[in-house]
Amino acid sequence: MNDIAQGLWQALILVVSLDADLVEITVLSLRVSLTATLIASAIGLPLGAWLAVNRFPLRRGVIATLNALMGLPPVVVGLIVYVLFSRSGPFGVLGLLFTPTAMIIAQVIIITPIIASITHQTIRELWSEYRDLLISLHTTRRQRIAALLWDGRRALMTASLAGFGRAIGEVGAIMIVGGNIDHATRVLTTAIALETGKGAFDMALGLGFVLIALAIAVNLALHMVSNTERGARW
Amino acid sequence: MVATVLPLTLEEVTLHRNGRCILGPVSLEIPGGGITVVMGPNGSGKTSLLRAMHGLERINAGQVRWSGETERVRASQAFVFQSPILMRRTVVDCIAYPLRLSGMGRGAARTLAAQKGAEVGLADSLNQPAHVLSGGERQKMALARALIRDPQVLFLDEPCANLDGRATLDIETILTEARNAGTTLIMSTHDIGQARRLADRVVFLHDGKLVEEARGASFFAAPKSAEAAAYLRGDLLT
Amino acid sequence: MRLRTLALVLLAACAAPAASAETVMRMAVTTSFANSGLAEALLPRFREETGITVQLLIVGSGQALTMGAAGDVDVILSHDPQAEAAWLAEGYGTERREIMYNDFVIVGPRDDPADVAGASTASQAIVRIAEAGALFVSRGDESGTHVAERRLWHAAGIEPSGAWYRAIGQGMGAALNTAAAMEAYTLSDRGTWLAFENRRGLALLFSGDPALFNQYALLPVNPERHPHVRAEAVARLAEWLTSQTAQTLIDGFHRDGVQLFHFNAHVAQ
Repeated sequence: MNDIAQGLWQALILVVSLDADLVEITVLSLRVSLTATLIASAIGLPLGAWLAVNRFPLRRGVIATLNALMGLPPVVVGLIVYVLFSRSGPFGVLGLLFTPTAMIIAQVIIITPIIASITHQTIRELWSEYRDLLISLHTTRRQRIAALLWDGRRALMTASLAGFGRAIGEVGAIMIVGGNIDHATRVLTTAIALETGKGAFDMALGLGFVLIALAIAVNLALHMVSNTERGARW
Repeated sequence: MVATVLPLTLEEVTLHRNGRCILGPVSLEIPGGGITVVMGPNGSGKTSLLRAMHGLERINAGQVRWSGETERVRASQAFVFQSPILMRRTVVDCIAYPLRLSGMGRGAARTLAAQKGAEVGLADSLNQPAHVLSGGERQKMALARALIRDPQVLFLDEPCANLDGRATLDIETILTEARNAGTTLIMSTHDIGQARRLADRVVFLHDGKLVEEARGASFFAAPKSAEAAAYLRGDLLT
Repeated sequence: MRLRTLALVLLAACAAPAASAETVMRMAVTTSFANSGLAEALLPRFREETGITVQLLIVGSGQALTMGAAGDVDVILSHDPQAEAAWLAEGYGTERREIMYNDFVIVGPRDDPADVAGASTASQAIVRIAEAGALFVSRGDESGTHVAERRLWHAAGIEPSGAWYRAIGQGMGAALNTAAAMEAYTLSDRGTWLAFENRRGLALLFSGDPALFNQYALLPVNPERHPHVRAEAVARLAEWLTSQTAQTLIDGFHRDGVQLFHFNAHVAQ
């Protein structure tokens, strides 16, 4: 209990004093995870919707694979991205290892299946509702996906937020591909791991509370925006 | 005047579900203009027939033929379902949706949709979410959405099922106006009174088979088939 | 419209801050170098003098050497002489420059059930742990500390195994956290131990045997194998780390009144 109280106190001190290092790693955390969420949403939302409205051979197999990939171990993703982007790997010439870009790539791989899978689930229900209308109106495939994504946007925001939650709290992959370099690739989760390694539990907990607060703040911000946009009841 | 896609011709149209024949073989021709009412007891295949004509069901045998190429044929039809399909949008956006699909800009589409919505009596609800509408209002919205692209042919599947008298009257008024404006209506109903009020032609189905096809007035005055006669008397058909 | 404002804010947050034009190089270092705080004492000064930023990847010596072999870092600071020699023999690096040393210490529960504190040599100390069957936490991660620990067991003629020997496969900090939680013994470098904040019932029980000597060396990655390495910046760093400035800083680095590292490079004249 005492540790937790000290952690909260530490978090308060960090936040109130706007500690420069804290601001830096927080901004990087947000930058990496939001970028990864945007990219993963740009891939996962249409992909999930496409899977929901199309019939093709192996469809079940693809969906089952997608669902399984939701549980992809971040460490394995990190390792694969590491090997691919290592100087001795196939993409080594890009020099991306130990950069925020590599961290974004790893997070995109981790969260795209989550976003696509939740999207597929949501859109499938909406599609069964809209199916007759959209076929009757002689819509193209693209128009169907657009209508379903737009009308399902509230539920789909949850899909993106689930992806964001996984990304911002993820440590295994970005530790490996980012390297936790101070002032370069250190984010909240890897800083927590570092402080824990130093035995500085109060600092680690403090950063942990900042991380939780950040995740809540992003969620609240998005919900507020989407609620004021139009009547809150669909 | 746009070239007509009618008459609509069905040749030996047959529909199977789960290995059972639920419709046909049905052959019939529907000329342009007027209201054709598809009648028959529950399970006689009314809905399947309408859906097959509109292309919502893949038919197992036979042919559905319109005149003109496919693209234009599809664009000249609209369908109103028994329970209206509500999009998660405002009423005016629901009505505007078909126009948006045709590439019309948002502003213009909403303006036209607002006019059409007002015509069917939804002027006060245009900016509400569609799902807060009452049953009758929902069906009016669906009608406005179906009519917004000025279809040559409008299919309606039991449009007034579960509606009260007031709403039914409103809908029938809209349908009559559409017919008078030159739209060809093909609707199913199990409401004999409504069929009497609206039908220019009647198509009577029983057990998935076409039993009788007649002009409205003569059908109600003197049905030729025993099934239709029994149905009009109110007997239960088995 | 609020949505647009939010989108702009998000985009601004996502846009990468432009990388500065200054030279940046990457060095894989052992946990002891970074966790002890010595890195903070040296590198900002190096940057001031040369304009070169050194990015640290804090890993075990084994992983550091692997990173260097793959060309993912420009230079390595490690403390595992045997592995370093093998690494050089493979042609992965250009040279091995000794910079400084510190020592390993044996820490364990304050009441010291195996009486490690009463041992006269490091070898005797660990034999007592093994014979008492007292819990011992091993890094188990091929780090320099792990290698040194194995060397100790080997010299004592013991093959450590059994329920008392816990290899955790993690860094020094994690090993100390585990030892503190389990009231176990472990081998730590002195720097990390002194900087460690979660000691609980742990105490320093044994140190001072020359067998616990811990040499740190700088190993530049071979630019012939990996043309992208910043050889010039590495040369500046090597030169600087063996200069009198570095000597003053390293020997002057104290924690709790104890000198943590001893400079022993051949000073460039």
